[in-house]
Amino acid sequence: MIPVIYLLAFSGGFVIMSLELLGGRILAPYFGSGIYIWGSIITIFMLSLSIGYLLGGRLSVHNPSSSRFAAIFAVAAVLLLPLTVYAQDLMEFIFLRVEDPRYGSLLASVVLFGLPTVILGMISPYSVRLLVENVAESGRIAGALYFVSTLGSAIGTLMTSFYFVLWFEMNTIILLLIGCLALLAALAFSADKTFNK
Amino acid sequence: MSTRMLLLLSVLWAAAATAAPNQYGVLHEERSLYTRILVHQDDDLLCLKFTLVRSDSNQSCKDLSQPKRMVFAYAQMSMAALLFNPTPKRILIVGLGGGTLPMALRELVPTATIETVEIDPAVVRVATDFFDYRSDEKNLIVTEDARVYGKRAKIRGLRYDLIILDAFNGDYIPEHLMTMEYLQEMRELLTPDGTLVANTFSTSNLYHHESNSYRQVFGDFINYRRKDTGNRVVLIPQAQRDGDARTRLTKEQLMARAQELDTDLRPYGVPIIRIAREVAAASRARPDWNLRKRPLSDQYSPANLLRKP
Repeated sequence: MIPVIYLLAFSGGFVIMSLELLGGRILAPYFGSGIYIWGSIITIFMLSLSIGYLLGGRLSVHNPSSSRFAAIFAVAAVLLLPLTVYAQDLMEFIFLRVEDPRYGSLLASVVLFGLPTVILGMISPYSVRLLVENVAESGRIAGALYFVSTLGSAIGTLMTSFYFVLWFEMNTIILLLIGCLALLAALAFSADKTFNK
Repeated sequence: MSTRMLLLLSVLWAAAATAAPNQYGVLHEERSLYTRILVHQDDDLLCLKFTLVRSDSNQSCKDLSQPKRMVFAYAQMSMAALLFNPTPKRILIVGLGGGTLPMALRELVPTATIETVEIDPAVVRVATDFFDYRSDEKNLIVTEDARVYGKRAKIRGLRYDLIILDAFNGDYIPEHLMTMEYLQEMRELLTPDGTLVANTFSTSNLYHHESNSYRQVFGDFINYRRKDTGNRVVLIPQAQRDGDARTRLTKEQLMARAQELDTDLRPYGVPIIRIAREVAAASRARPDWNLRKRPLSDQYSPANLLRKP
């Protein structure tokens, strides 16, 4: 079970950063590619992650289990789906109502990335809860988890910006991320079953 | 030291001083939000650059002994637009550089209203301070992202007789300004007889991808290349119409237009008669790129990666 949780934490980090990088691409046709675009995206990702950390920690207090952990991944996968279908319409809607591209891109970031990123932020604290068995090892385990998930973020950033955008269309990359999250949800869910036997 | 020796030295000194009046070097350097900007002078040539290392990175140059002269071939080549409509009323230019194109068009077509969109306020400042770029009530500058500006212009109902896309000479290519969706937005901003001109790349893999993007949106276009430059100019007269609904000018018509423009364009060093001849040849040419390369879209536009050798 333990390696599975680390794998999931790694993938969580990977997906978050891959999504963040695609964010710039998604917003550019409506809000341009100025530095404020990155300002909007990073602000919303940081804010969403911080809320996710809080909620993930809260959720981990009552009956922590791998199937609940799996549910986090499943929900994130589902919440990312609208991005492939409705992103254009949503951005058009905001573009027509908000003249200033700074606030337009900020609002679009909230609508497009806010909710899925909150859910993805829940992964890290929940992983800590599943792995820690006593107080003495909590720091070591939290450190190892940060290591693994931030490594995932680094690799997600690199793969997306160096290769994925060259090989695939943007929606294909998002669908791959969704597929990856769904697969990990299934893995965590089945791991829970075998673990509890 | 003897007087003769001193005299000799001073003569040598004076000779050295007159032999080398060359201004040479970097006059100004600044790092903007988007790029590093250098103003470099070599003798009479004052250039705006984005890097010192590559010699071909000149964005825009001014010949101080003939300030009107267009130094670069691609700037001269884009004046081919005037062959199709010598008096456009509304002109949109994407990318300011040193302001060569808007300043020349301001003088050549005094009745036209010119809007230049430049994302980088530092480029506007440098063009004004070093290259005598001057905006006025008919020569407007907008400091904004060109994609955003275009979308807003469409909503405001603006239409242009001439659109010049000139944002692709720097080291970093704005990828969202190369996609089919963007070109379609530009197409919708043109009047029915309006011309689209784009200064773009003729080297690297990007040439194929980009050419196919233009082809997807506009159908046939005039792919005006010269062997001596790394640039090519995409020329699309009546770009808003479908390919077969466009009136094609014959070589004779082009040459006649060139004759009329020749006197006006001479101070700018634009060899319009040669250009007309080349454009006539280019409009008969078949595509010389790989038609199977994927066109660039909002979904797929790794222009900066495709440009790598």
